[in-house]
Amino acid sequence: MLDGLAKSYPGRPVFSGISAVVEECKRLVITGPNGSGKSTLVRIICGFVRPTKGKVAFEIEDRELSPLEIRPYIGLVSPDLVLYDELTAFENLMFFAGVAGLHFSLDELSERLERVGLHKRGRDLVGSYSSGMIQRLKYCLALLRDPKLLLLDEPTANLDDEGKSLIDDIIESHNGVLVIATNEQTELRYGDEIIRLGQ
Amino acid sequence: METKSSGSVSKSFAVFLKDIKSELRTRYAINAILLFAIVTVFAVSFAMARTGGKMETVLQASLLWIVIYFSSLSGLAQSFIKEEESRTAVALRLYSPAGPVFGGKLLFNLVLLAVMNLITIPLFSFFLSLEIANYPLFLSVILLGSLGMVGTTTLVAAIISKASVKGALFAVLSFPLLLPVLMMAISGTRKALTPDITFSAARMELQVLASYLIVMTVLGFLLFDSVWND
Repeated sequence: MLDGLAKSYPGRPVFSGISAVVEECKRLVITGPNGSGKSTLVRIICGFVRPTKGKVAFEIEDRELSPLEIRPYIGLVSPDLVLYDELTAFENLMFFAGVAGLHFSLDELSERLERVGLHKRGRDLVGSYSSGMIQRLKYCLALLRDPKLLLLDEPTANLDDEGKSLIDDIIESHNGVLVIATNEQTELRYGDEIIRLGQ
Repeated sequence: METKSSGSVSKSFAVFLKDIKSELRTRYAINAILLFAIVTVFAVSFAMARTGGKMETVLQASLLWIVIYFSSLSGLAQSFIKEEESRTAVALRLYSPAGPVFGGKLLFNLVLLAVMNLITIPLFSFFLSLEIANYPLFLSVILLGSLGMVGTTTLVAAIISKASVKGALFAVLSFPLLLPVLMMAISGTRKALTPDITFSAARMELQVLASYLIVMTVLGFLLFDSVWND
């Protein structure tokens, strides 16, 4: 639940009065021109940035969670999220799974990478990946812990047509809450509810 | 997928292993530390060679800890600075609780300082004719002093990693916090270089170093959550 959210930087209001209630299996799309605060709103939902006013509340299994407590339930794909260039895709996934308290076998990770079309490049350093491949790997990481809240900021950035159709499948098959921040008009179709910023 | 009831120790170890792997592939911190340490040892030995005489133990102990202190300043902050500068800190914050991140970085910095000490101290001993009279005492002071230094600098590194003037801020914040460690370590090292000294003669220095180490490490674990998530 977003309750009266407002964000401003010194001398520059970004947005104000943002409220929405998103229930399980529902999708919220945040749209607006560049600089309207879409990514800022995603950062606020993740708990990385504090709102100037209002609050974000999460309720899972009848328990209200703080932004810090919700982090284990979040899957994030965003330009803000950067993976380790000096590690391979397998090593990145293995590391993040490890610190999140999960364990995957190499075969399981290979299957996950296959889903995003990267299984043949799993042992390559992420630094050698194209931007589209990195975006696919971010999806693989975001889905690693079957998130209840999937946050996608610019979901199809850098992706080719095959990648975009892959993301379609991921979005369609996601069971939890989905929040998409985009300025692509074609992606508005994903939303059960739409927040338009910068108006 | 299997959910492990993995505790903070195994998560800390995962952070540590990741940092070691990254460091071996990029040599982000070790090159800075070793280069600074070796250049300083040579500079000091050349300067002292010109004087011709043998240095007093207090001067040797002070110079040794100056080399360790400045070399560690050049490298120990890097593990956090690198996470912020390469923007991988966002993913780390999202996936890992704060405690294991601090534990892993602490362990990594400890290994980094141990490697530096293993190279610097023999070089320093050779070029500055360091005559260690009491090896157990010398090693205890080096160990406790290094541990105290790592505990403090790891927390300070996390604090300054988001600032714009990181280097200067790191030195400014670290120095007053490390002053007790440096004073006790220099005093303890001087005693270890003094002939016919017993281990118990440096009891006060060892007690202060050990207490400082415990306080700073516990404080680090307690404060890191706010530093990391704010």
